Amino acid sequence: MKNRKDPHRSPLRLQLALVAAALSFLPLIAACSAPEPEASVVVYSGRNKSLIGPLLERFESEKGIRTEVRYGGTAELAATLLEEGTATPCDVFIAQDAASLGELSKAGMLKPLPAAVLGRVAPAFASPQGDWVGISGRARVVVYNPERIAEEELPKSLEEVGDPRYRGRFGVAPANASFQAHMAYYRAVKGADALAALLDAMVANEPQRYPKNSAIVEAVIRGEVDFGLVNHYYLWRALAEDPAAPGRNFTMPDPTAAFLNLAGAGVTSSNEAAVQLVEYLLADDGQRYFAQRTYEYPLVAGIEPPVDLAPLTPEQLENQIDFARIAEELEPTLEAIAASGLLQ
Amino acid sequence: MTGGGVASIAGRLAGRRGRSAPPLWAIPALATVALVLLPLIYLVLRAAQNGWRAYLGAIWTPLVGALVLRTVALAAGVVALAVLLALAVAWLVARTDLPGRRLWAVLGALPLVLPSYVAALVLVTALGPRGHLQQLLEPLGVERLPALAYGYPGALLALALFTFPYVYLPVLAALRDLDPALEESARALGAGPWRSFFTVVLPQLKPALYGGGLIVALYVFSDFGAVSITRYNTFTLAIYNAYRGLFDRTTAAALATVLVLLTVVLIAAEGRLAAGLRPSRQRPSRPAPRLALGAWRWPALVLVGGLALVTLGLPLAVLGFWGVRGLLRGDAVAGLLAAAGNSLVAALVAALAAVVLSLPIAIWSVRYRSRLAVFVERLSYAGFALPGLVIALALVFFAARRLPALYQTLPLLVLAYVIRFLPEALSATRGALAQVTPAFEEAARGLGRRPLAVLRTVTVPLVLPGMVAGGSLVFLTAMKELPATLLLRPIGFETLATEIWSYASEAIYGQAALPALVLLAVTAPPLYLLTIRPVLAGRNGG
Repeated sequence: MKNRKDPHRSPLRLQLALVAAALSFLPLIAACSAPEPEASVVVYSGRNKSLIGPLLERFESEKGIRTEVRYGGTAELAATLLEEGTATPCDVFIAQDAASLGELSKAGMLKPLPAAVLGRVAPAFASPQGDWVGISGRARVVVYNPERIAEEELPKSLEEVGDPRYRGRFGVAPANASFQAHMAYYRAVKGADALAALLDAMVANEPQRYPKNSAIVEAVIRGEVDFGLVNHYYLWRALAEDPAAPGRNFTMPDPTAAFLNLAGAGVTSSNEAAVQLVEYLLADDGQRYFAQRTYEYPLVAGIEPPVDLAPLTPEQLENQIDFARIAEELEPTLEAIAASGLLQ
Repeated sequence: MTGGGVASIAGRLAGRRGRSAPPLWAIPALATVALVLLPLIYLVLRAAQNGWRAYLGAIWTPLVGALVLRTVALAAGVVALAVLLALAVAWLVARTDLPGRRLWAVLGALPLVLPSYVAALVLVTALGPRGHLQQLLEPLGVERLPALAYGYPGALLALALFTFPYVYLPVLAALRDLDPALEESARALGAGPWRSFFTVVLPQLKPALYGGGLIVALYVFSDFGAVSITRYNTFTLAIYNAYRGLFDRTTAAALATVLVLLTVVLIAAEGRLAAGLRPSRQRPSRPAPRLALGAWRWPALVLVGGLALVTLGLPLAVLGFWGVRGLLRGDAVAGLLAAAGNSLVAALVAALAAVVLSLPIAIWSVRYRSRLAVFVERLSYAGFALPGLVIALALVFFAARRLPALYQTLPLLVLAYVIRFLPEALSATRGALAQVTPAFEEAARGLGRRPLAVLRTVTVPLVLPGMVAGGSLVFLTAMKELPATLLLRPIGFETLATEIWSYASEAIYGQAALPALVLLAVTAPPLYLLTIRPVLAGRNGG
């Protein structure tokens, strides 16, 4: 049978041709996304597009350097970088927290930064190996619902969170990197036993567990819990959604409770433009962007912090503790958090 | 080994039909399964990198035991609830005079369009202890609701309410294909409606129930969005936490291998249960008579109406509220069109590829049924149970160094979708093929057509509705996919899912709601046209 010429099969053949056509497009699309020869930089950003996208666009147009950004979760991108190894297309990694930068530094993935770049921030806010640098800070605070609890009744220290009168009334995000970094800081200052005692007291006090900071802020505003341990700027964003929402921030007076967390950047290739981008983030303009647009603490001395925020105290700025030390403390801290049962 | 031994092994491999599989099907099927197994190879390499002692140390802990129990308990609960809902809705719309049954039949399948992270977020916002529902009830003195939206009940609800259509669709199709004669005989012999349902109808629905239940259980295994938002710790959540907190790829991989073992047990159990069951191959001679519900129609309407209200009304209301508030504030909508276009291209190509790749496996395992063929077919379910992050990192691992030209391009993203969602295409194609008698193909072969010509002119046209239905499910889930999309997409390639994530992860819900609404608007029509309507018309083989 000469079925090859059968005209009645043409619809099917057409469908197969369409499949073939669709598949043959793939390499074409791939080719279109290949970087162009002009100066360009590839960024992996664990910081959200809404937080840092406008600043990166400004860098691209001011410096004429094509800037391509892959947004994702900080830890997921760090895991990706570790799997890619030397084959990574990434030039600059912008991380939400210092711990992931410390991990990449340990794996030898980060290139040394020029002393002029590192010198923009206090030594505590940069890697002692000189291969990553903090770009903005966020404070650990208590977010509370003034309709449910008065400011005077709030805990003044982390240890007080374990007080029985707060039983079941507060939220934590035990899997969140900021919370974990805070606990690592606590361990660095007070020691392993104190951390275990703190975690046990928290667990015994029946905290409500949330996946992340923003969920705690929402729960506080809804009145699901009275207060929660969060980063300072999530409240500001919730208030932008609904200015009448009942929520306020409170900084615990105890120094270990008022911990400053870092977002930072590291360079993962020998691309010149990568260092230029990090310089740009640390320039006065870039630092003002963080203060005014994302409501974070600038890390460069002399740049005003955002309105409504207490300026960093000299201790916070000078040397409360090395962030590299916190990265080292992280692993035993995570083990302690897991052992305490806080994650369950 | 004697020649006889070899012949007997070959005979066993060739299966009871006594025909060995032509390489035409076996080779592409094996190649496809090899792709699906890439994540497993990656997991073994990573999990074993510190030696077997370290591996055993990572998985032989009380925490892992607890995770197994929690994950299995959640999957069992979700499957049970999904089966109950699916049976109830399918039976009501197919076999009773329920008013508005065609509308309810369509609404019953639509919850599939909601990504589980959106569904869970909406559930927590609306039904949380002090959510919207509590606010409505506050004038009645309700201070807070029990924590139903969180923990086991929350995860159970979020997953069961939005995955039950995976059971409902095949059950509905099977119900329509049943010959009413059997039921009538049972009734004539004195069995009441309940007894005839349980003794005659339910056994014939088993293939559909097992197949759909398997998909739901694997979905629960791989889900991250719903369990993290409802705060119920499962394997997938623990794997994510190992990556996120510890950057511990070895522990994460070790945990994932336990998840793979669970999956293997589940797939084998389903295979054993479903073995020997044959889907009905005959079209019913006439439609089954509809049971007059009488006064029972009111509780029935409350059930289907309430279900539609919670699974569709509630999400639309919450998303609409957020979206309108965002629009009024002047949130940017630019970029939505491009994101929708990107999502469509990637998901369409993935659906096409999955359907095409599923065909050789289906033909091999249905037409040349042998142990090897069945084994290969079962293996291809592996990717569906793994967290998307694991599949993404596996492809990063293989492609970044060995295939740099493909790395972070659309084809690689499509490959990730195919690995994750192949079972959706395969189970539909397989089901459709099993219902078509091989006599047509054999006749065409007997008349001298070559195998590929038979495929084009006989097999594909006959199973096309099933393939299209399966493809539309792959399309739908690929549109919703997030973790692999974030890591593997071409740089700057925003999709609707990444846009939702981008805003929702920073709690900017006004902006997150708009891409979510676009996602629903884009995925609902193909789901209706390609999957639901053919089932309602009785034209779907799967």
